[in-house]
Amino acid sequence: MRFLVSILFLTLLVISCKSGDDSGDTYEATPSALVIPQLFKDKLIPPVIPEDNPQTVEGIALGKKLFFDPILSADGTLACAGCHNPQNAFSDSRRFSVGIDGIDGTRNSMPIFNLAWNFNEKFFWDGRALTIENQALEPVTNPIEMHNTWENATASIQADNEYPALFDAAFGTTTVTSDLTTKAIAQFVRTLISANSKFDKYLANEVELTPSELNGLNVFLDEAKGDCFHCHGNPNNPLWTDNIFHNNGLDEVITDRGLGDFTGDPRDFGLFKSPSLRNLAFTAPYMHDGRFETLDEVINHYSEGLVYSETIDPLMKTVSQGGVHLSESDKADLKAFLLTLSDPSFINNPAFRNSN
Amino acid sequence: MKKIALFFALAIVFVSCNNDDDAQVQTTVDLKFTHNWDGSAIENSDFEQIQYTNANGEQLSISKLVYLISDVTFTNSQGVSFDAGDYNLINVRENTNVTFTPNIQIPEGDYTVSFTFGFDDEDNLDGVYTDLNSADGGWNVPMMLGGGYHFMRMEGKFIDNTSSEKGYSYHTIRAADTGTTPMTLLDTSFEVNLGTVTIGNNTEIEVKANLSEWFKNPNQWDLNVLNSALMPNFEAQKMMSQNGTSVFSKGTVSQN
Repeated sequence: MRFLVSILFLTLLVISCKSGDDSGDTYEATPSALVIPQLFKDKLIPPVIPEDNPQTVEGIALGKKLFFDPILSADGTLACAGCHNPQNAFSDSRRFSVGIDGIDGTRNSMPIFNLAWNFNEKFFWDGRALTIENQALEPVTNPIEMHNTWENATASIQADNEYPALFDAAFGTTTVTSDLTTKAIAQFVRTLISANSKFDKYLANEVELTPSELNGLNVFLDEAKGDCFHCHGNPNNPLWTDNIFHNNGLDEVITDRGLGDFTGDPRDFGLFKSPSLRNLAFTAPYMHDGRFETLDEVINHYSEGLVYSETIDPLMKTVSQGGVHLSESDKADLKAFLLTLSDPSFINNPAFRNSN
Repeated sequence: MKKIALFFALAIVFVSCNNDDDAQVQTTVDLKFTHNWDGSAIENSDFEQIQYTNANGEQLSISKLVYLISDVTFTNSQGVSFDAGDYNLINVRENTNVTFTPNIQIPEGDYTVSFTFGFDDEDNLDGVYTDLNSADGGWNVPMMLGGGYHFMRMEGKFIDNTSSEKGYSYHTIRAADTGTTPMTLLDTSFEVNLGTVTIGNNTEIEVKANLSEWFKNPNQWDLNVLNSALMPNFEAQKMMSQNGTSVFSKGTVSQN
C-alpha cells in the first residue's frame, strides 16, 4: 500500500514538473513585494502594480540592468540612466538631455521616484503615455533620444551573452520582446521609492523643523500666500504632486502645447504635469523646459512673474500683478521648507546605483 | 455613524428573525448626479467656456468642479433610517463617480432621501481617508485652515469689473476662523433633502445640481470681491454654505 502511494505521489510530482516546464505562462519568478513606506501606508491608497506585471526579484534585477545599459540605443551609447541620473533623483542636470545624434531635447528630463503612486498613470510632462510600461517604450524609438527601433533593440539584447538567461529567470522565456523589456524596466522603476526626507522624519516625530522651515510650510499651505498645496500636495499627501496638468503662467504665447499636443484639445494647450516637489535639491533645472536654474527663480516666478495666457490655471492668483508678491523673508522660508522635502538617502541608495 | 449603521444592521437582523415568513426584498439604490446652469445641462465641452452669467451679472466659466457628498440616508414612514455611512467624490469634468450606489441594502418602499454635502464634523476627520488623501493631489484641508477635507472645488474664470479675465476658486470647507485662539470651527456641511421616493428593486434617483444657485440665493455673490483665498474666509464659508442649500434637487426617478 505504502509503495502504491509513493508511486502515485511521484507520478503526480513528475506530471506537475512537466506541466511547469511546458509553457512560459505558468512560470513564476520569485515574488518581491514593494516595500511600502509606513507614511505611504498610513496616508495613501496602495500603489499601482499591473496584474500582468507583478514585482519579482528577477524582473527587478533585469530591469535595473537594462536601465543602466546603453544596449537599448541604436549605437549602444545611451542608457536610460544617461538622461535619468540617480544623483539627480533620476533627472538630468542639463536643461535638455542630448540624444545619440547630438540633438537636444525640448523638455527637461523628469525625475523618477514614487511613480507607482501616480494613480492616473499618465506619464511624461504631457501625459501622453498611459502606464509606466508604455512610458518605457518611447525613448528607445524617439529620434532625438535613443533613435533605435524595438526590432533592433530586442535583437541586440537577444544576441547578448547574459540577457536571454536573465529574461528566462524573470519571465520564463529566453525570447526577448519589447513587452518583456519594458515590463522589466517598469518593475525596477517601481522600486524607486523616496520617503525619507527631513519632512518625512518630521511627520514621524523624529526631527524638528526650524522656525524658518515651519513658516515656509505655512506659506506653502496659506491660500492667500503660496497656495502651493492645491497642485503640490500637503502633509496628508506625501507625494507632493497632484499628477495633474496645469498652465502655471510661464508664457503669454504658448509655443509648446504640452498636454494639448497629445489630446488635440485647445483647452489643454500649454498644460504640463505638476512635478513632485520631493528632491528639488537634486533636480535643477526646473519647469518642463528647464528654464529656471534655481529654486529662487521658481519662487520669484510664482510671486511676481506670472503672465496671462488663455489656458492659465485659475489657481494662479493676481496674474495682472504677476502674482501675490511674497515678502523676501517668506520666500526664504518657503525655500527652506521646500528643501526639507529632499531625500539624500534616495540618491545614495546602493540598490538604485549602476551595478553593471 | 458606524454605531448607527451597526444598530440598524442589528435591528434588521432582529426584524428579519422575527418575520421569517414575510421577509422583504432588499435592494440598493443608485443616485445619479447631473449638473446644469439654470436648466442648461453642463457637459464636458462646456468647461472652460465663459458662457454663464451669475446673479451679480458677471460672466464666468467653470474649469473644475469636484465635490464630496456623504451619508446618503433613507428614512421610512416609521422614522427608521438606513445609512451606509459612506461618501462619494464626484468629478464632473472627468465624469467620474457621477453615479453613486451607497453600500447598503434597504427594503423596498417609500423613503425620504437625504444626503450631506461635504462631511459633517463627525466624519470630517483630518487625514484618515486614504482614498481622499490620494484624490486630486490631496482632497485635504491643511490643519492651519482647520484640517479635514474640502467639500467642493469649483474653479474657473470670470470677467471682472475692469473687463479683464480673472480666475476664481470657489472652495467650500468647514469654516475656520484662524483669528481666534483656539481656532473657531463651524460645521458648514449641510443636509440636502430630496423628498420622498418610492424605492423598488432597481431605482435610480437623479440629483440635479443647479450651479447658478451657488452665486445667488440667499447671498448674491460678487466675484469681484470674493474670488480667491475663500478657504480662510470664515464669513465667505458661511455664505457659501447658505447658498449651497438650494443647489440640489430631486430629478427623475426611474425604476428600471
